[in-house]
Amino acid sequence: MINLYEVSQTNHMIESENLDVRTITLGISLTDCISDSIDVLCKRIYDKITRLGRDLVKTGEEIEKEFGIPVVNKRVSVTPIALVGASACKVEEDYVRIAKTLDKAAQDIGINFIGGYSALVPKAMTPAEEMFIRSIPKALSVTECVCSSVVAGSTRTGINMDAVRVMGRIVRKTAELTAAEDSIGCAKLVVLCNAPDDNPFMAGSFLGVTEGDSVINVGVSGPGVVRHALEGAHGMSFAELCDMIKKTAFKITRVGQLVAGRACEMLDVPMGIIDLSLAPTPAVGDSIADILTEMGLEHAGAPGTTAALALLNDQVKKGGVMAASYVGGLSGAFIPVSEDASMALSAANGTISIEKLEAMTCVCSVGLDMIAIPGDTSETTLSGIMADEMAIGMVNGKTTAVRIIPVIGKKAGERAHFGGLLGDAPIIPVGKGDCSEFIGRNGRIPAPIHSFKN
Amino acid sequence: MKKAVITVVGKDSVGIIARVCTYMADCNVNILDISQTIVDGYFNMMMIVDITEVDHDFAGFSGKIIEIGEELGMDIHCQREDIFESMHRI
Repeated sequence: MINLYEVSQTNHMIESENLDVRTITLGISLTDCISDSIDVLCKRIYDKITRLGRDLVKTGEEIEKEFGIPVVNKRVSVTPIALVGASACKVEEDYVRIAKTLDKAAQDIGINFIGGYSALVPKAMTPAEEMFIRSIPKALSVTECVCSSVVAGSTRTGINMDAVRVMGRIVRKTAELTAAEDSIGCAKLVVLCNAPDDNPFMAGSFLGVTEGDSVINVGVSGPGVVRHALEGAHGMSFAELCDMIKKTAFKITRVGQLVAGRACEMLDVPMGIIDLSLAPTPAVGDSIADILTEMGLEHAGAPGTTAALALLNDQVKKGGVMAASYVGGLSGAFIPVSEDASMALSAANGTISIEKLEAMTCVCSVGLDMIAIPGDTSETTLSGIMADEMAIGMVNGKTTAVRIIPVIGKKAGERAHFGGLLGDAPIIPVGKGDCSEFIGRNGRIPAPIHSFKN
Repeated sequence: MKKAVITVVGKDSVGIIARVCTYMADCNVNILDISQTIVDGYFNMMMIVDITEVDHDFAGFSGKIIEIGEELGMDIHCQREDIFESMHRI
């Protein structure tokens, strides 16, 4: 039987170390909503999301009460809208109408984000997809909850540089249209390489075309719990350090598995995956950078950071895999700068640069995430940064993404404020040098060779 | 059998257990195990209880227990046992 020590350990994790279930994301397929008529399409989309998602928030809240653990976000992801809207949308404004429909549905069921205003163009774009991508800045500026993503490369297809070039322009345009709120639109826009179909985390969440009609994917978290565990690991060997992370990740993930199972039962929706992630929040102590410090680095960005992060990322997966029936999504440690108070502090002090962050993305989950950069960054430089990150993902066969925010009207050294879970961040400089001729080339970077790994 | 864990933490005073247990008895909730310590004047109790009778409205039951805790000035939690079993047992 459970003993007092175990009970108080669990409750201490929840109360003092920010253990929570980060998100229950309900994936909803919209393929059966497709129509030639934009009116019919929007009505079907609204009806389906509100029908299947009606009880999502209530379910999350009930689970919180049953197990005494916060379920921070309840969200919905849908089939990429570029596909769903292809036959109905004749002009960009039609796609924006779908975005507004998604936004209304999200607000009516009480969720804070809906993902899937997305296009999958890792190899090439159809005319509809091109039109969809052009609609993104407007769509993000007139909606609150809609998140957008564009998959612009993969290990199997190479990198669609035409899409990367366009996305530089789109990110810049989105920043300009939401300039009044520190270009917050870009915080809801991500460019991905090797995107998974079952990612529960925003902004890159969409329900892939390989998925069923509806599915529950759950993202767990708990950087604070890992950091606390490692307080007792000073002076220990790497083997002992790794064991400690694995044990903690196991415990965190088991909670996610329990919550996912209960949510599926209550909503009568099949279970998808558990995303084994360490996702920081701006709350004190809920930080990946703090874990790195606890492991023995003076601050995030110091020499040894990439190695420490690689170790952390791998142990989180090793510990979590055994705790969950199905694992997927982005699984790993996230390093979003604005959402991690200590990481943001390192960036403000100049002890971590965008180049070091890029190196870190080679070994951890996702990529250049929630990084505020000067507002005068050119669209070709934005595309260059994206291309670099896509290349890391493509060559290493991992998911990478770019969610950078050129904060219009602000320069390096100033701060951008996004609020809530998005936090705030210092604006850090980007590398100098022009890449416009390289980015200006048409076509795609071919898929890499899978042999001669050097 | 469905089980829950009730924990009560706070400054020691007269009648804490009586108050919580009276409500549980009213709800037909049986105590399976109880352990209690006092550290530096702080009351620390854990009960494992059978919630089969209140399973259909567990949120209502636990909400009321938390309310009682607030009245007593104690920090009371009432959680399904599954969260602890999941976390601490393979």
